[in-house]
Amino acid sequence: MIDGSKIRVQFPTLHQKVNGKELVYFDNAASSQKPQVVIDALSYYYNNDNANIHRGVHYLSQEATDKFENTRKSVRTFINAKNSCEIIFTKGTTDSINLVANGYRSILNKEDEIIISEMEHHSNIVPWQMCCEISGATLKVIPMLDDGDLDIEAFENFLSKKTKLVAITHISNALGTINPIEKIITATHKVGAKILIDGAQAAPHTSLNVEKLDVDYYCFSAHKMYGPTGVGVLYGKEVLLNKLPPYQGGGEMIKEVSFEKTTYANLPHKFEAGTPNIAGVVAFKAALDFITDLGIENIAKYEDDLLKYATEELSKISGIQFIGEAKKRVALVSFNIKGLHAYDIGVLLDKMGIAIRTGHHCAQPIMEHYKIPGTVRISFAIYNTKQEIDLCITAIKKAQKMLT
Amino acid sequence: MGTIAAIQEEIVEEFNMFEDWMEKYEYIIELGKALPIIDNNLKIEENLIKGCQSRVWLNAEHKNGRITYTADSDAIITKGIVAILIRVLSNQNTAEIAKADLAFIDEIGLKEQLSQTRANGLVSMIKEMKLYALAYQNK
Repeated sequence: MIDGSKIRVQFPTLHQKVNGKELVYFDNAASSQKPQVVIDALSYYYNNDNANIHRGVHYLSQEATDKFENTRKSVRTFINAKNSCEIIFTKGTTDSINLVANGYRSILNKEDEIIISEMEHHSNIVPWQMCCEISGATLKVIPMLDDGDLDIEAFENFLSKKTKLVAITHISNALGTINPIEKIITATHKVGAKILIDGAQAAPHTSLNVEKLDVDYYCFSAHKMYGPTGVGVLYGKEVLLNKLPPYQGGGEMIKEVSFEKTTYANLPHKFEAGTPNIAGVVAFKAALDFITDLGIENIAKYEDDLLKYATEELSKISGIQFIGEAKKRVALVSFNIKGLHAYDIGVLLDKMGIAIRTGHHCAQPIMEHYKIPGTVRISFAIYNTKQEIDLCITAIKKAQKMLT
Repeated sequence: MGTIAAIQEEIVEEFNMFEDWMEKYEYIIELGKALPIIDNNLKIEENLIKGCQSRVWLNAEHKNGRITYTADSDAIITKGIVAILIRVLSNQNTAEIAKADLAFIDEIGLKEQLSQTRANGLVSMIKEMKLYALAYQNK
């Protein structure tokens, strides 16, 4: 098994004191830290290769273009897409979802239905609400069971000829639930609808094969995968992306521009208007290589071991209430302690050098389901250790003592 | 009772006695527990200041050019800081409240509690307290 304590030496941010204590970073579901290779790739780009891409005939522009396109190839391999042109670079998962939702505004009409679920992050709710508002389509919400699993039976009952699109998270950012997306995809296709999966929490922890999944659209962010902020991916089947209207207009995305008629560029450029985050995309390759070298299955196994250990140790705390106990979960644990507000626990843990997340995690409908204002969330990455979990448990007990 | 500046000085002195962060936060928690709870009929939507994580209810009563504030929060640390703010600003003259410089927050090391990311509703609470004072100033 991988040894997290050996890997953490590659992450400069982890080696600092916060409030006089060695930092323990358990907010990885929000954003992971970056290994030195990624930081070096960013700085190398600005030191050596900086130029605008896809336009210049000069040396630097070609160098930058090659590196940018190399990352596209890496992403293609990473998720096993058929073709590199199916990989669109965006600002992040939110941007990827908005790109698709924006396109569906003109595809759908008031007879159509979109299905999402109660456990979505706000970024997989609001774009569809906006899409429905403009297209007149109806939004249907799959309810969640109390243990944090989706009500698959309710989902199957929603499906009909009216269903045009299903947008579901692969893994819940607030509960850690792994949804049975294979089953959901198959059921969706049976009624002739398309499916978008929000993979923001899945891409750093699970091996992906979009071709085998037969998923139509799959979205994720680099910054949760040890990569730079401001870079995201939209994978879409070539035939669908060709039909989807462009998102933003501008340079790069056109074939020919005239005041009579402008024609759009081919994939992937049709969806990449303007100068992208070139440095970020280039450095994202280093993050993908980092994950691939370790092996995503090995990462998942190591994190699973941390999750098991943390759950065991947390359950010894008096008054602990786990939020979300789905059968299949990944890399994070959400909980409350009886009589305490999550915010107070978060503030006191920060004083002890421990970074955790508290609040509604941008998933207010989930909090509404459990009738709670928020949860404490601990989420893991490959550089976390059991010793850190021990420190965190001790800190939680100390906070509990102070607050009661 | 003292002026806003004098009360701030008092609070800074009190906080200077603490040896470490734990003593400081234990005191804030104690203050939070001791804060007279706002009347339930005042815990209404109009008095609610929504932070991203903790919520604050604030009520203001105006009498003879002074404002009395009562408040509550669902998080105890937020409530403790609310108690300190009330100690400084409640029962003061409207003009003094409106122009009060709350430098003591920095001095007692609670600046982080007022940063945007904390999202506990305290920044909005101070703003609201001052807005009440401004509104009543000319009455």
